[in-house]
Amino acid sequence: MQKKLILDSDLLDITLSRLCQQLIENHGDFDNSVILGLQPRGIFLAEIIQKKLRMLTRKEIPIGYLDATFHRDDFRRREIPAKASEVRIPFIIEDKKVILVDDVLFTGRTVRAALDAMIAFGRPAKVELLVLIDRRHTRDLPIAPDYVGKTVNTLASQKVLVELEAQGHEQNKIWLINNKD
Amino acid sequence: MSKLSKKHLLGIKDITTQDIQLIFETADTFKDVLNRPIKKVPSLRDITIANIFFENSTRTRLSFELAEKRLSADVVNFSASTSSVKKGETLLDTVNNILAMKVDMVVMRHASPGAPHYLARHINANIVNAGDGTHEHPTQALLDAYSIREKLGDVAGKNVAIIGDILHSRVALSNIFALQKLGAKVMVCGPPTLLPKFIGQTSVLVETDVKKALAWCDVANVLRIQLERQQIKYFPSLREYSLYYGITKKMLDALKKPIVLMHPGPINRGVELSSDAADSHHAVILDQVENGVAIRMAVLYLLAGSTN
Repeated sequence: MQKKLILDSDLLDITLSRLCQQLIENHGDFDNSVILGLQPRGIFLAEIIQKKLRMLTRKEIPIGYLDATFHRDDFRRREIPAKASEVRIPFIIEDKKVILVDDVLFTGRTVRAALDAMIAFGRPAKVELLVLIDRRHTRDLPIAPDYVGKTVNTLASQKVLVELEAQGHEQNKIWLINNKD
Repeated sequence: MSKLSKKHLLGIKDITTQDIQLIFETADTFKDVLNRPIKKVPSLRDITIANIFFENSTRTRLSFELAEKRLSADVVNFSASTSSVKKGETLLDTVNNILAMKVDMVVMRHASPGAPHYLARHINANIVNAGDGTHEHPTQALLDAYSIREKLGDVAGKNVAIIGDILHSRVALSNIFALQKLGAKVMVCGPPTLLPKFIGQTSVLVETDVKKALAWCDVANVLRIQLERQQIKYFPSLREYSLYYGITKKMLDALKKPIVLMHPGPINRGVELSSDAADSHHAVILDQVENGVAIRMAVLYLLAGSTN
């Protein structure tokens, strides 16, 4: 198994700061905006971004966790039924500008399921997608992110591993893993 | 391991403690779904489920049907009273005919103990036992234990008394299996004629005085007298039964301790429970009904998801 470092702690911090600046550019005072982290791993990133935005804008942007397990399209096509995580949405989604946050965008199927899952809570005014890593040339569905931390060329056989301090890792590190050998 | 150890849910006796915990954890997420504005998820959208009821039922059938619909499954209902069973068709033929119409899962209630086990040996679809005679009623036991866990935090270490017609009750048997697997202490209480003959040889405690049973337990699960299954008289009259084994609010209040009162329904008000007891703050009877849908969604989801 080969590991290649895509982003280290310092670079990740710069990337996240840039993403926050882009969000501020588009959302202004965040009056009607909410952050929705995708379970299970997008929620850590969503929390980091919310914290950064709080320091930059002195605003507390509402944050929620969304789980798309029951809306996935691979039910009965995998050996073990997927396990759902907690959904916590402490605000009304109706007419909000939603920033969906996930760590890695791969086939786009999770995001498709997440959009379905989100609609069950109401009709948002607008939905945007923020991802830390966008894997190029691997999409199964016509889904494109609005905010990208870093675009990476990958093969379908490779994996992107996100290690965040918030998840209990020693340092923030993003790896590209070769499963082949 | 997040997969059930069995392809069918025939009884609590066959499944493991890990299975029960997995069903509970999955039910937690479905309970959350049931409290959302849109109470439906598309997980089982390409699955057809047949509810085959050879015996009457309101609650269980409605609960299964709602669980199936909340999971977006296609549902067909079948009840024996309006079917060709009356014309002499065998159980296996009836079910095979339904399966020939491409049904993926079968939820079955039957008056004969072991009917779903027999079916499981002969057909390929997933089977959920919705009650087989006086044998087992697994989803009821799961939702009872789940309701205890919800109310008291945990099932392990709790004292649970099952009071009433133990002899004819599939709910009692499934409850005993489930509660013991989860680490609770179980007592059965009822007139000696309504207790199974060999119950004294098991690890279940036996009590014939309902007041002593109530004083001992944290949870009282009260069962109905199943007159339809009693071919002979087991006690002189319902009035006498009610006098000795009926539970009133006064009895519960006099305990001076918190007690959880459960009943799998249908209640015969004024027989096993007085009206004021059934409507008192001790009772979680309607919570049980709510949890029933979440538990059945979890069972169907886990069984359907494990096949390929």
